[in-house]
Amino acid sequence: MKSLREIIFHIGNSLFIAYLALLIFSLFSNPASAAVSKGSTADHSKFEELKGPFKSGPEVTKACLKCHTEAAKQVHKTTHWTWQFKNEDTGQLLGKRNVVNNFCISTQSNIGACSSCHVGYGWKDKTYDFTVEENVDCLVCHDKTGAYDKKKLREGKTSMLAKSAQTVGRTSRTSCGACHFKGGGGKAVKHGDLDPSMDAPDIFVDVHMDADGLNFSCSTCHTTDAHMVTGSRYTPKAQDISGIDVPGKSDGSRATCVSCHGDRPMKDEKLNDHTDRIACQTCHIPHFARGDYPSKMVWDWSTAGKMNDKGKPFSTLDQADNEIYSSKKGDFVWQSNVVPEYRWFNGSVEYTLPTDKFDPSKPLEINRFKGSADDPNSLIWPIKLMRGKQPYDTVNKTLVTPHTTGKDGYWKTFDWQSAITKGMEIAELPYSGQYGFVATEMSWPIAHMVAPAKEALGCEDCHSRDGRMTDIDGIYIPGRDANPWLDIGGFAILTMTVFGVGAHGALRFFFNKRNNKA
Amino acid sequence: MTVSTTTSPDTATVTTSKPTRVYIFKRFERFWHWAQALLIMGMALTGFEIHGTYALLGFEDAVFWHTTAAWTLIGLWVFAIFWHLTTGEWRHYIPTGEKLIAVAMFYAFGIFKGEHHPYKPTQLRKHNPLQLLAYLGFKLAMAPAIWITGILYLYYNDWAAWGLSWLDLETIATLHVAAAFALVIFLVGHVYLTTTGHTFFAHIKAMITGWDEQE
Repeated sequence: MKSLREIIFHIGNSLFIAYLALLIFSLFSNPASAAVSKGSTADHSKFEELKGPFKSGPEVTKACLKCHTEAAKQVHKTTHWTWQFKNEDTGQLLGKRNVVNNFCISTQSNIGACSSCHVGYGWKDKTYDFTVEENVDCLVCHDKTGAYDKKKLREGKTSMLAKSAQTVGRTSRTSCGACHFKGGGGKAVKHGDLDPSMDAPDIFVDVHMDADGLNFSCSTCHTTDAHMVTGSRYTPKAQDISGIDVPGKSDGSRATCVSCHGDRPMKDEKLNDHTDRIACQTCHIPHFARGDYPSKMVWDWSTAGKMNDKGKPFSTLDQADNEIYSSKKGDFVWQSNVVPEYRWFNGSVEYTLPTDKFDPSKPLEINRFKGSADDPNSLIWPIKLMRGKQPYDTVNKTLVTPHTTGKDGYWKTFDWQSAITKGMEIAELPYSGQYGFVATEMSWPIAHMVAPAKEALGCEDCHSRDGRMTDIDGIYIPGRDANPWLDIGGFAILTMTVFGVGAHGALRFFFNKRNNKA
Repeated sequence: MTVSTTTSPDTATVTTSKPTRVYIFKRFERFWHWAQALLIMGMALTGFEIHGTYALLGFEDAVFWHTTAAWTLIGLWVFAIFWHLTTGEWRHYIPTGEKLIAVAMFYAFGIFKGEHHPYKPTQLRKHNPLQLLAYLGFKLAMAPAIWITGILYLYYNDWAAWGLSWLDLETIATLHVAAAFALVIFLVGHVYLTTTGHTFFAHIKAMITGWDEQE
């Protein structure tokens, strides 16, 4: 019979061998470097067409298109390619090519720089030919090496192309995030609910994307067919009434919570009763910018252009190394764990385009979420409200599209007049020659960084006098609302009753004593 | 007039001797009264928290206890209504004008002069005519008002299915709170009047033991 020591020794030995085997296995099975992506029937490293070397991006795309014959045609139809979006409800022509925002303001004259986030090659100015198939940038979304870098490519560094081409696969959080986590010109600047902490978030940042858990990628929800990605910021689905999406009975999109969870997913039926008027996000994303990065909340262009003692542009950082002033861009305010603002929202968004006149005496809503309590299609949504000050035409009362990039842009010249003149000229918009700064606001829907259920809002976050629903009108919220006259009258009568019986009692006591004496 | 002088209500024998103790409140009635008292006070406490008047348990717990107490009280009332109908006790609530003015005058003046209460409760008429009217008002007006508005409030999401989409929550909530104020005001008066027996605790004692000790 084996001694106890022997048994322990054997167990220890087996564990050690198992550990070594695991270690070796994990070294050679790094999914990021796997040649064959999960479930794929093709190993792209075996394709003759992808051997390279490639001297440019379009050369790679040509190789892709030999097999994926329809891919570029499909991409050409997407907003990712056109940067143009016609809102059928409002009739407005939107998209990055047309709108103005209160971050970097406008792409029009600056497209050469902005197009570093375009899914194409070579967009420098208005003469760009949107019909050229090999100008579609396949790798920016399908690269799996993590080494693909549009900026390096623009500088002529093409060494990573062959490796990227041979290892292509499905899109990932990292590939989508290469642009979407840095919208507005830097990490976490624009959205508030999208930032690089979502490359590999933990469960507290995002329950679904949790890298050690469900590990969703963007496309798990933003289902895609023929390169058409579902879920639009220009016309978001504010309320999904189609229920859980199953084949044959669905809208083909999983880009809403309801697509998977249905509209009554909670154990408590009273909580479920809330879903007719409240978006899931309102309770389940209690704060935005919940990851490692603060989001930009205020961008004041009006203070840009200050120079240091040496007459040079400068920037100021706060203690956490966030830029809070830049001569190029003005003042910034950054915030983490921000309590959202709330709006009625029916999915329709109206923009103030550079052709629209406005009243500069009050903050201008560059975009406005439409909806109200009376509209059954409206839900209460959380938003990031981006505030700013930016140049406008004081005579025409319109927004302007300053030229900021390039040699003759504001970031080199620090001259608003020439920057605006140049920008408006390229955008073919009228400019009076007079500019000033107007306070602006933009609404950004909060739909990502869904928190674990136990972090969701509690009842009194909204059902209280000074809760989160302070700005939501048209609806009676118990705990927040009360008829003031009823309360005044009710408590007055109650108080009088208490005093009345008190007085009656006191009189009884007094007379009782006197009667007893008598 | 029949009154009991025995100690055991179940074997009460009828005598015509000078009344000293009268068995007024039956066992179920006493249970109903005190359980209802507890539930109503609990609902007032949690209800005004839900209304936003103060924070005590937290909204979620306040709603839970308010709703639980409401269903419990509704259950209790189903029994109470059954009991009233089957035992004929409902007859105690038939309004009468007899001695009504006298009782009102007693509470307004006589009580200070050390006068005796003009009404003596009996097994056929356990409430004085003024008290009877107040309780009838409670049972026929206040309680239904708060229950109907309360159940509508609770089932707000089903209004459309019930064909009631013309209602609006603000109106229902306001009526519910108005009824709640009426109930709390009733409660203050009710509790005060318990002290007006021949001793301070005489009425309360009667409500606990069932026996009304008469002077």
